[in-house]
Amino acid sequence: MDEINRKIINQLQRGFPICERPYEEAAKTLDITESDLISRIESLLEDKTLTRFGPMYQIEKAGGAFTLAAMTIPESEFDKVAEQVNAFPEIAHNYERAHKLNMWFVLGTENPNEIASTIKRIEDKTGYKVYNMPKLEEFYVGLYFPV
Amino acid sequence: MTNKNNISTFSDQPTLSERQQQALKCAIQEGLPIDARPYLVLANIIGGNEQQVINCIEEWINNGLIKRFGLVIKHHKLGYNANAMVVWNVPDQQVDEIGERIKQSGLVTLCYRRPRRLPEWNYNLFCMIHGKDRNQVLDQLNQLKDACQLSDIKHDILFSYKQFKQCGGRFHKQHSEPHATQWDPNKKAINHG
Repeated sequence: MDEINRKIINQLQRGFPICERPYEEAAKTLDITESDLISRIESLLEDKTLTRFGPMYQIEKAGGAFTLAAMTIPESEFDKVAEQVNAFPEIAHNYERAHKLNMWFVLGTENPNEIASTIKRIEDKTGYKVYNMPKLEEFYVGLYFPV
Repeated sequence: MTNKNNISTFSDQPTLSERQQQALKCAIQEGLPIDARPYLVLANIIGGNEQQVINCIEEWINNGLIKRFGLVIKHHKLGYNANAMVVWNVPDQQVDEIGERIKQSGLVTLCYRRPRRLPEWNYNLFCMIHGKDRNQVLDQLNQLKDACQLSDIKHDILFSYKQFKQCGGRFHKQHSEPHATQWDPNKKAINHG
């Protein structure tokens, strides 16, 4: 990755201008032209360095809900259960982690009542207990990945 | 959303109608148009004008509906291959103070308080540490313990083995594409850290 792409990624993770010509505005601070910035963003999206370019919503403010949940699944059953769990469209991501509670996933629903019912459906489908660990307090969110 | 002028449909009105706002949320969740005038493109899609769109997005950023507006990167693609959830069993009366210290340290990407689930789970403070590899994450954890005086607090570190599915939080699930699972059954333990 060249120096300019590096700068683009570092700087535009922090934010993006909101004005009539935002790419031009952003390009100025990066010392490149508007069309150069546009074509670089296009290729970073194309080669999947970027997943998206735009807003990250605070889902709770939009009336939706998120929670973190975990399950203990025997290793021999893990793949099967992962497939069952991931088939739920409410699952945002799912990681196997090194612990007795070894399956960890984030659930997102369009309204808060659906969290409990979705968890119930996952328990019914898999036969394993789901531990729901909703956010009680947020101290810090700063997903920023310098390159 | 806000209820201002939610019956207005005239494009010269200062605020977009409720319906236009809804359409705008959906239109931008897959990404801002890559066009020299992206907000104009959006205005044309939802039947408003450019300035209304700009005002509306600014307001969403100010009121927190939009947490972040910019690039969303694929962190594995950029070499961030290790991620660990570090969990702490903090005495309840100290959670706020310790959470605040961790926030100030700049060494974690997330820090939340969550409920204990006794007897299986007695941790109540959750952080994420992202790094290029496992050692970098462990180094960072040690720095965190020093910087925040956490050495006496019982904790555990849960590295991820494999990731099955990842998609950002989307506004409306019906508008998000089906998410291809990134886990390949033929490569059983893809080591992400």
